[in-house]
Amino acid sequence: MMIHNLRGRMLLLGGLTLLMAVAAFGSLLLGAVPLPLHRILAALAGHGDSVTRTILFDLRIPRTLLGLAVGAMLGLSGASLQGFLRNPLAEPSVLGTSSAAALGAVGALYFGFAQLHALMLPAMAIGSACLSLVLLFFLAGRSESSLTLILAGIAVATLAQAGISLALNLSPNPFAAMEIMTWLLGSLENRSFDHLWIALPCIAIGIVLLIWDGRALDALTLGEDGAIALGVDLRRTRLRLMLGTAIGVGGAVAVSGTIGFIGLIVPHLIRPLTDRSPSAILLPSALGGAALLTLSDIAVRLIPTTSELKLGVVTAFLGIPIFLLHLLRERRLW
Amino acid sequence: MVMLTLRGVGVTLGRRTVLRDIDASLTAGMLVGVVGPNGAGKSTLARAIMALVPSRGEIALDGRTVSTLRRPDLARQIAYLPQGQTLHWPLTVERLVGLGRLPHLGPMSRLGDADAAAIETAILRADVADLRHRVATQLSGGERARVMLARALAIEAPALIADEPLASLDPGHQIDVMDLLRDQARQGALVIAVLHDLTMAARYCDRLILIDEGRLIADGSPQQVLTPDHLAMVYGIDARVDMEGAWPSIIPMGRRHL
Repeated sequence: MMIHNLRGRMLLLGGLTLLMAVAAFGSLLLGAVPLPLHRILAALAGHGDSVTRTILFDLRIPRTLLGLAVGAMLGLSGASLQGFLRNPLAEPSVLGTSSAAALGAVGALYFGFAQLHALMLPAMAIGSACLSLVLLFFLAGRSESSLTLILAGIAVATLAQAGISLALNLSPNPFAAMEIMTWLLGSLENRSFDHLWIALPCIAIGIVLLIWDGRALDALTLGEDGAIALGVDLRRTRLRLMLGTAIGVGGAVAVSGTIGFIGLIVPHLIRPLTDRSPSAILLPSALGGAALLTLSDIAVRLIPTTSELKLGVVTAFLGIPIFLLHLLRERRLW
Repeated sequence: MVMLTLRGVGVTLGRRTVLRDIDASLTAGMLVGVVGPNGAGKSTLARAIMALVPSRGEIALDGRTVSTLRRPDLARQIAYLPQGQTLHWPLTVERLVGLGRLPHLGPMSRLGDADAAAIETAILRADVADLRHRVATQLSGGERARVMLARALAIEAPALIADEPLASLDPGHQIDVMDLLRDQARQGALVIAVLHDLTMAARYCDRLILIDEGRLIADGSPQQVLTPDHLAMVYGIDARVDMEGAWPSIIPMGRRHL
């Protein structure tokens, strides 16, 4: 039985890794400029023409790597929060840190700091996410309960969203408002390695902190008293969860804008393929999130529209069928 | 052999004093029943022993104050079966019973042979072997109660606290659970069960603790504790109490109007 479980898990992880690799390769292959496979392979091998090399190394590789990292962070964070809050509707934005990161970015656009340096916007977004974390700690206090955490998260998110609305409201001209709106829709377009270097450390810290607590999340199946009585230090679990989500998701939003639904739907797609325990979906959700976001980013490039479709729009449309499926299952229509 | 000592234990939740001045000394090998009316403080006593609520006075396990023990250490010493059967995710029975091994595992280690053996023993003792691949949230109340008990047994702790383990069980399953708790005590564990069924308490428990309005009213053998006077005072009922022979019974007859 144990061997069978282990084999099933290896199969799942292997399959998701393969899917992720295929998505990443597809992301290198497809773009605004059609590049044949042999030229891409030549450039990857270190020779090939300079145009191909520029497109590949300055545009497609950073975009692909960012897609993988941001997707992994959102998927993992969603799985982790759903487990901790014992609520299948939880997602990375419930703690308010992604809204706060967006507010920082909007501030950079509104006050014109974004024009000073390309990294000014992500830096301000991360700074704002960290500030919101301080506020979250202040509001949620030292209690172990998950309800206080949700309430504090809603307070932080509402405050950040009010700030974003204010910036849109006070925008000096429609173009400035449009610039903010466009950024908020979420995209991986025109990102460089600089963006990757600013997001990656945050995401790495986030992933390490969130992967740690699988066992505590399993114990929470029995409720908070049940978990504590099994030796779980809920306070530390909650601390790691808050830090991991704030830093990781803050870093992800800083470079990609707000991309919804990945963190919500990936755990739902993964859960039926596992034994449904919260720990079993953590790593697969990271891999699945990476694959799904990269595939969505390919769809953005393939769907013919006059201006490029924004990533957050595609993921939002992806979320709808998953919600419907869940609704039908709840109503026991099948 | 574990020994649990309560000295002047009190609990205040918000502004309400739920427990006051509870003294008791409980030793291994005993099945101890905690009885009393709704809201008397029975569950709070169980939660105080598990250090789930802050308490005054001293609660010591083998001379060590429980609230100063590291969580995993306390979890290995006392298995706790909370009231109700909260289950937030649809785990399989085997996986659920396996949660009982958490206190024995390091942060990243996997279940080993000793853990697998403990899980197997617990599954057999609670008689849930035929349910092992079922999803626990889809079981009947009686099945789920046995699975939860198996989860507590898998910890292999020298003490077990069960909060209303008989709630919502039919008479057959009540007997199964009480047999199992008594068996656990006979094997050398200290077993504390919060109970509402006084006849079951009288038949199975070696010792009873009667609580009312947060105070200890009586502590002793079922014969000493379940007297008509005590029942009238605590529950406000007239009861026919028969403690003679092998099958003691307590039959509530009606409300006593004071």
